[in-house]
Amino acid sequence: MWSVLDSTRDDHVDGIISWFDYIASRPDDILEATWAHAKITLTVIVVATVFSVLLGVFVQRRPALRAFALSVSGIFLTIPSLALFALFIPIVGTGNEPAMYALFLYAILPILRNTVTGLDSVPPAVVESAKGMGMGTLRQLARIRLPLAWPIIMAGIRISTLITVGIAAIAVLVGGDGLGTYIQSGLTRLGLPNSLESVWTGTAFTVLLGLVLDAALAGFQRVTTSKGLRM
Amino acid sequence: MSQDAKIRLDHVQKKYLGSKAPAVDSLTLEVPEGEILVLVGPSGCGKSTTLRLINRMIEPTGGRIFLDEEDVTTVDPDHLRRRIGYVIQQIGLFPHQTIAQNIATVPKMLKWDKARIAERVDELLSVVGLDPEVYRGRYPSELSGGQAQRVGVARALGADPEIMLMDEPFGAIDPITRDRLQNEFLRVQETLRKTIVFVTHDIDEAIKMGDRIAILGEQSHIRQIDTPERILAFPVDDFVRDFIGSGSTLKGLHFEIVDDNVELDPYPTMTVDSTAAEGLALARAAHADWVLLLDASHRPLRWVPVDELEAGGPVTAESGTEVLAKVSLGATLFQALEQMLVSSAAVACVVREDGSYHGVVRLTYLNRVIRQARREAREHYERLEAMA
Repeated sequence: MWSVLDSTRDDHVDGIISWFDYIASRPDDILEATWAHAKITLTVIVVATVFSVLLGVFVQRRPALRAFALSVSGIFLTIPSLALFALFIPIVGTGNEPAMYALFLYAILPILRNTVTGLDSVPPAVVESAKGMGMGTLRQLARIRLPLAWPIIMAGIRISTLITVGIAAIAVLVGGDGLGTYIQSGLTRLGLPNSLESVWTGTAFTVLLGLVLDAALAGFQRVTTSKGLRM
Repeated sequence: MSQDAKIRLDHVQKKYLGSKAPAVDSLTLEVPEGEILVLVGPSGCGKSTTLRLINRMIEPTGGRIFLDEEDVTTVDPDHLRRRIGYVIQQIGLFPHQTIAQNIATVPKMLKWDKARIAERVDELLSVVGLDPEVYRGRYPSELSGGQAQRVGVARALGADPEIMLMDEPFGAIDPITRDRLQNEFLRVQETLRKTIVFVTHDIDEAIKMGDRIAILGEQSHIRQIDTPERILAFPVDDFVRDFIGSGSTLKGLHFEIVDDNVELDPYPTMTVDSTAAEGLALARAAHADWVLLLDASHRPLRWVPVDELEAGGPVTAESGTEVLAKVSLGATLFQALEQMLVSSAAVACVVREDGSYHGVVRLTYLNRVIRQARREAREHYERLEAMA
């Protein structure tokens, strides 16, 4: 009995040690893949943020357009990611590009929805007094409405970032790079030496990257949100 | 049309698409410089709409708006609004900006330099009774309702506009704070002399705040526009009378002053040097139950009852009861009435500035003053009618 348990535990310990060895033997490669993964994610999030916030501002007070935009971006999220990734290959070829287009479509909904919700949450009296003091539409938006909606928009950006980091691992299947390469190469060699270690490396560093980006965005949200809104 | 109207509405109309009757129907109105005009009326009468037509938060569908005789019906509304202070009931402070930034809103848009803005912010905070050192760096969420409303007023005064529009500014504040804010605002207005249009649904607030009151009926039709005292003394019709409600005579007493325009009643007086018999003779002659005892410099000292005088004996500074009810010349009749209610002789003693006795106010005096005010108001309206 004991010996069996001991041996299982030893197997686990051995597994972890060999995983560490695996990582220690190729730190540069892993870092490079992580950086490539981060680049895909950040590019997608920056573009999706600009697009979705502008779209959100445009549709917020237009009920029909708003419902349309929200449901279309919702439908994007229901398309299986592998299919969506592949859909872009005929248009932009293989590599990171089809992946980024697909990820962009996934990233829209959380940011768009939160932009609209955030703008909705601005008290009408605040907008009324801004207008009453002679602020034009653009100034109201830049000085009052967006700053007040900002914490909610940021929450949407953080959700989109986490979704994108996870799904970006599939980029490898359409010829892209990133941490997905470790998962894929491990899965295709399953049972062979270092196959599990490779899968674990890809998964763990994807999760780690997500946590780091989320923490960075949380810090960014803190410094870009007025102290008056945090009280 | 007088030339010195600061704000002039000329047949202004607002009709919403799809509604048959206009919300505001052909409103003509003038507000002279330095006046507080209160728009008051039942809910739904269009008083807020009327106010918002002046700074074109709502665009009129007919008529013209003049400020300083300049037609502003079609000028850039944002520029127009920067010239007009605007205070609303919900205040609408910007929660993400400090109090100083809030107050600086309009000066910043007008591109004042930083030093001038900082100076102006501190000045305005002091005007509304908030210590600049304490409050300029705070955020709206750190303020009480009353403080927030003060900041709202300071912000509206930001670029020193000549015109202020106030839409139920004290409506959401507890009664005690509201009373204090009203008083402070009137005190500030005494020095600033802004031209103000003030909307409320509360007739008492209208009476207190208004130099003139416009009582509005449906579609912002003016039912009566006049000084509070004349409206209280002479409501032109049942609508106005109903709206003012009961107690209008009592409210009117706030506007009547104790002075010699209406003759004060005499009262038998004696000094400490006189004898009881002299006092008694005076009381009998005047059919009075009391004699007012004055000191050497003619200041009211005691009320001495007739039965004490009948008993004889010396009249001293301890005879009778103390004179509690004293009002100065220039006090309101409301104050006089309050004093009468606590006075042992049921009269209020009127004293001059130096404290010497001038006369007394009795119920008959109040009665004379009120009837005179009513007569004057009625004659005023009869003259207006004759002219029309």
